[in-house]
Amino acid sequence: MARFLFEVLAAGVGTTAFALLFHVPQRYSLRCGIIGGAGWFVYLAGLPFVSAPVSIFLATVAVVFLSRFSAVQLRCPVTLFLICGIFPLVPGLGVYRTASALVAGQMALASKTGFSALQTSMVMVLAILLGLELPIGLFRRLANLIPSKK
Amino acid sequence: MEQSQRENQVFELVALAGEVLLASGAEISRVIDTMQRISAAYGCNQLDCFVVSNGVLLSTGGGGRQYQAKVSHIPLGSSRLDRINSVNQLSREISAGQHTPEQAYRQLQEIAQMPVRPVWYRSLCCSIGSGAFGYVFGGSALDAVACGVGGLLLFLYLQLLVRRRLSKIALHMSGGALATLISMALMTLGLGEHLPIIIAGSVAQLLPGMAFTNAIRDIADENYISGSVRMLDVILVIVCLASGVYFAGSLVSSFAGGELFGTLPL
Repeated sequence: MARFLFEVLAAGVGTTAFALLFHVPQRYSLRCGIIGGAGWFVYLAGLPFVSAPVSIFLATVAVVFLSRFSAVQLRCPVTLFLICGIFPLVPGLGVYRTASALVAGQMALASKTGFSALQTSMVMVLAILLGLELPIGLFRRLANLIPSKK
Repeated sequence: MEQSQRENQVFELVALAGEVLLASGAEISRVIDTMQRISAAYGCNQLDCFVVSNGVLLSTGGGGRQYQAKVSHIPLGSSRLDRINSVNQLSREISAGQHTPEQAYRQLQEIAQMPVRPVWYRSLCCSIGSGAFGYVFGGSALDAVACGVGGLLLFLYLQLLVRRRLSKIALHMSGGALATLISMALMTLGLGEHLPIIIAGSVAQLLPGMAFTNAIRDIADENYISGSVRMLDVILVIVCLASGVYFAGSLVSSFAGGELFGTLPL
């Protein structure tokens, strides 16, 4: 349980730090972190109930949804939030597991981890496509309900 | 004469806006949309643009006016999300009629020259980010510290030693190899517990998250040429990183008799 909370927190901190590294203006960087943390939260919360690809799918949809909402609410490009928020979900570790399995000469493991990394990316593609299809009016209405504090 | 000078200014403005956006890592539909918005705001409707992932083509004229065209080559860009945000803001202000073309052009030039954040600041962000992602990837607290150190060293190598001297392929291969060597050294010193996680956390800064997201968005907007070029970029970067890791890993394990990698839980 503690691990769960710390991981979500770490995803948030990591996303904020990388957002600043990519030159996101400081006033938006915290929002990027919240979105990144929320994505990882959805992923972890989904794992006990659904398979890993489905969990990744739901997490990516959540990230796209929150990014689009933030873009409308704070009146800035969705790119800012989407690129940073998606970062914890990109299968970085999978690629390295594949490379190290290759080094160790374990071909079966290499193809298994390689395929799973590919699967994760394909699922993310589908989720992003779905999230971008949601009508903009939905986010306008939501942003009216929850206006920014500025 | 007056009229045509204004049109020239708008033409330059639109071209620069497209170039800045594309070079900062905006998706194609945003670049086209912003260029058309700006030209429409100044009443120049015969402006045609064609944007792909590494170039902006722009032409205007016809119907009695002389043809004008501009072709700019933009190398696949870096992540400058601050510029995308500022150009977006400027384009909103232009649409609201707050700037003359001349003022807007000057503002755009300032945006194009927005300074990079200082190296110490970015090193700090990179180190914290690498550490945090090391933990997210499943590492222990000690692994996270090792990732922070590894990420910092890799970032300093990329910023201070490489700068622009290496091609993209050489940069990512050497980065992957260096991260592997650093991680192995840290493990040998007793810092860190899981080698794959330390390597993955250290190179998190090189993962093509931006190119990946943009590639998907371009394909979703039916900009297939740009989308596939960006996807190819993603695959190239990943393959280079992985082969750098592979190269350094097998080099060390052949000297160490396979003990280092062989005994690790993968």
